[in-house]
Amino acid sequence: MQWLAEVHVQLRPGIADPEGLTIAGGLHALGFEGVQGVRHGKLLQVTFEAADVDAARSAVGAMCRRLLANPVMEIATFELRAIGEPVDESRLA
Amino acid sequence: MSGPRIAVVVFPGTWSERDFVDVAGLLGWQARLVWHTETSLGEADAVVLPGGFAHGDYLRTGAIARFSPVMAAVEAFATRGGPVLGSCNGFQILCEAGLLPGVLLRNDHLQFRCDWQWLRVEAPADCPAWLGTLGAGDLIRLPISHGEGRYFADEATLDELEASGRVALRYTDSAGRAAADANPNGSARAIAGITSPRGNVLGLMPHPERAAEPELGGTDGLAFFRSLAAWLVAQPAVAERRL
Repeated sequence: MQWLAEVHVQLRPGIADPEGLTIAGGLHALGFEGVQGVRHGKLLQVTFEAADVDAARSAVGAMCRRLLANPVMEIATFELRAIGEPVDESRLA
Repeated sequence: MSGPRIAVVVFPGTWSERDFVDVAGLLGWQARLVWHTETSLGEADAVVLPGGFAHGDYLRTGAIARFSPVMAAVEAFATRGGPVLGSCNGFQILCEAGLLPGVLLRNDHLQFRCDWQWLRVEAPADCPAWLGTLGAGDLIRLPISHGEGRYFADEATLDELEASGRVALRYTDSAGRAAADANPNGSARAIAGITSPRGNVLGLMPHPERAAEPELGGTDGLAFFRSLAAWLVAQPAVAERRL
């Protein structure tokens, strides 16, 4: 079966995010005065083969731990769906 | 004994390897470029991971490079106690590979910073292979050239690094003060370089290889090379292997 994982990688809370601060400054400059904060991150769309949802979830978890995020500074979360089927959300421990 | 033999690892996107080879040549050393797909470092007394943008620094700095085939040989060399120097991108790769703790994040001001920088030598006795000819508290001046040099680790790791003499270099002003405005990237505790627990692996953001000739503005970087030469001579195992 083919799956699509959308992996979101963010800096851990508390780690200074100068890019997010700069983007927030840009929004303020445009008049969006209600903006209280921006944390920037990455979105990775991974398409892959796996036998079932458990295997797919396990595979994405391993991808996140081994390469996609560095746990020293980042947290990865992902949404997984069989391509063409409904969304099944998961979150890494 | 002829001069030290250094292996200089080259990834796609590495840009400082020629400078290391050039300095080695000035000193009468043998330097060999080792392409990242090689699985052996050959006969090397020390290994250098130079600066640049290995694999484009895609995903994160050093994230892809750490899985290059040559890294298994680098890790084995480091595990045996061999001297390993990672400068700039090399430091980032050593952190990703887990040979050094922590990570290098984007500079707090978001600018790529290319400048001369004062550094205070913190614990040279704990890193004799690379800092042995320097004294604690010595001030040296080296070029920096990076956009992602903000050293970060959790507080417990930082405390452990400090307590065990593994903070090797700190960013300072010309008077040796680690003032906030002397920190070029927002690094935690103004850390510019750290070592492994055994002291044989040194990672630093500055570029010693770019400060080895007076014509280029300074020669403080030569201390790293001279330290290595002196350290190698003092190692019986190395001397025996080279007879």
